[in-house]
Amino acid sequence: MNTEVGISLRDAIPFIPELVIICTGLIAMMLDLVVRKKGPVAAFVVFGTLVAGYAMCKLNGFNEPQSAFLNMFILDGYAGFFKLIFFINLILTVCISYRYMIIEKSSYGEYYSLLTFATAGMMVMASATDLITLYLGLELMALSTYILAGLMRNDRRSNEAALKYFFLGAFSSAFLLYGISLTYGMTGTTNLNEISATIQNLNIAGNPILFLGLIFIMTAFAFKIALAPFHMWAPDVYEGAPTSVTAFMSVGPKAAGFAVLGRVLFEAFGSMQVQWTNILIPLALLTMAVGSIVALSQTNIKRMLAYSSVAHASYMLLGVIAGTPAGLVSTINYLLIYTFMNIGAFAIVILLRSEGFQGQDLDDYRGLAKSNPLAAALMLVFMFSLTGIPPTAGFIGKFYVFMELINADKTYLAVIAVAFSAISAFFYLRVVMYMYMKDSDEPRTISCSPSMNVALAVTALMVIVLGIYPEPVLNYVKTVVFG
Amino acid sequence: MCIKYAMPGTYIPINYLPVAIIMLISSLIGLGALVVGLLVRPRRPYAQKLYPYESGNPPIGDPRVPFNVKFYIVAMLFVVFDVEAVFLYPWAVAYGQLGIFGFVEMMLFIVVLLVGYIYVWKKGAFNWE
Repeated sequence: MNTEVGISLRDAIPFIPELVIICTGLIAMMLDLVVRKKGPVAAFVVFGTLVAGYAMCKLNGFNEPQSAFLNMFILDGYAGFFKLIFFINLILTVCISYRYMIIEKSSYGEYYSLLTFATAGMMVMASATDLITLYLGLELMALSTYILAGLMRNDRRSNEAALKYFFLGAFSSAFLLYGISLTYGMTGTTNLNEISATIQNLNIAGNPILFLGLIFIMTAFAFKIALAPFHMWAPDVYEGAPTSVTAFMSVGPKAAGFAVLGRVLFEAFGSMQVQWTNILIPLALLTMAVGSIVALSQTNIKRMLAYSSVAHASYMLLGVIAGTPAGLVSTINYLLIYTFMNIGAFAIVILLRSEGFQGQDLDDYRGLAKSNPLAAALMLVFMFSLTGIPPTAGFIGKFYVFMELINADKTYLAVIAVAFSAISAFFYLRVVMYMYMKDSDEPRTISCSPSMNVALAVTALMVIVLGIYPEPVLNYVKTVVFG
Repeated sequence: MCIKYAMPGTYIPINYLPVAIIMLISSLIGLGALVVGLLVRPRRPYAQKLYPYESGNPPIGDPRVPFNVKFYIVAMLFVVFDVEAVFLYPWAVAYGQLGIFGFVEMMLFIVVLLVGYIYVWKKGAFNWE
C-alpha cells in the first residue's frame, strides 16, 4: 500500500474476472504448443470462462459497485451483466466452432486464445469509467477480432475481410481518439464522472467544440455497433470471416459497443442528452431502413444475417434513445435475447457447412425440413425470433424496447420501427419458406458434434423460455443494472 | 490539475502553456534559419550541386529495393522487447515508491511477454528458413 501512487494490490480485486480470462487465454496459448488436437484447448477456454463467471458472481459487484485503479475501472451491476453476456457469447462460440474450424482446416490453437483476449477487451470496455481505459479495452478487442476475421489464411475472402475490418477499425479508433482529445481539451479530464461534473460546473453543455468531441466519440461507437452509415464494413467482413467468428463478432463487439455507448452517454454526457438524442434518432432510422431493405435482396445467408444484425442494432439503439434507465434496461434485455437467437442462427449456418459444401446460399436451405427436420425446426425458431414473432424471445425484446419508447413520448419512432420489422419479416420468413415449401433432390449431410448440440439446445431453449416467461430475467436485469 | 478560467464556458489548460511556447519558439527558429539563409546566401547554381554526393560517384540504381519480409517479423519482435525495456527503466527508478504493487504488476507484465516469447519461439518465428 502506498499513498503516493494511490494504487494498491487491493485494486486488483474487482479486476479478478479479467485476470482469470487473460490467464485462460495465455494458458490456452501454451497448451496449444503442447497438445496436437485442439479439443483440450477449447475445453480449457470454456472452463476458464466458467471460473471467471463464478469469480464475478462471488465478487458481488452486482450489489455493491467496486471501483479501482484511481476510478478508471468499476465493477458494478451494469458492467457485470454485460460481462455475463460476453461469457455466454464466448462459451457458445467455442461450442459451435470446434468442429467447424476443423472442416475449414483452420483449427489453430490461437483461435481460442484470440477469442479469449477479445472477450477480455470487451470486459474492460464494459467496466471502463475513464476514456483511456475504454480505449485500451476497445483496442484489445479490435486487434483480436481483426486477426480472427482473417483466420482462414488460404481463403481470399477471409483475408479481405480482415484487411477491410482493420483499415476501417483503425479509422474509427482515430475518430475515438480525436473525440477523446477534444473532450479532454474542453473539460480537462478523461474520467467520465468528472467530465459530467465539469460540464455542469462550467455550464458548457452547449459548447460546439465539446459537441464535436461527442460526435467523434459516438462515430467510433457507431462503427463498432455497425450503425448506418458506418455499417459498410459489416456485410463484407461478416461474409468473409469464418462463420463462427461472424457469430462471435456480431454479438460481442456489438454488446461491448452498447456498453460503452450507454455508459459514456448517460454518465459523462448526461447533461447533453438533447443533443445526442437528436443525433441518434436519424442514425437509428437510417440503420433500420438500410438493414431491413438491403437484406431483402441478399441470397447469401451470412450477408443476410449481417444486414439483419445491422437492423437489430437500430432496435437496440431505440432503448438508448428513450433516454431513461428503463430504456437502457430494455436495450440490455434485447442484447441478451439477441445473443441467443443470433448465435443460434449462425450455429445452423455452421451445421450446414460440411466437407466440400459451403451451405451459405439461400438455395442450400431448400427442402431442409425433409432431410433434417430438427435442424429446420430450430432454424424456424431462430428466424421467428429474429423477426419478432411471439412466443419467441425476439418478440419480448422488441416489445419492451417499443414500450419504453412510447413511455418516453417517442411513439412515432416505435411506429416506424414496427413497420420496418414487418418489412424484415420477408427475408427471415423466406428462409423458412425455402426450408419447408421447396424441394431439393440433392443429398445433404450436416456436421453435428456434441458441443454443437449443446449450444443449439441452450440457444433454442433460451429463445423459447425467454419468449414465454421473460419476467424473472427482465426483473433481474432491472435490479442488477439499476439497484 | 490547475485550471484557469478565462471566461465562463472556456478555460486555458495552463499546464500546456510551456509546450505551446516551445512549439512556437522551435518553429520560429527553424523558419528563421531558412528565411535568413535565403536572404543572406549567394545564389550560384551549377549542375554538380544537385548530386547526392558532390565529390563522390553518382549512385547506381534505385536504393529502394524490396527486401526480405522476414526482417519485418524480426523488427516486430524486437519492438516488443524494446518496449519492455522502456517500461523496466522507470519502474526500476520508481521502485521504492511503487512497492509490492509495482513489483507484482511488473512481474505480470514480464510473464505475459515471456509467454509470447515462448510462443513465437515454438512456432519457429526465429528460424530464418
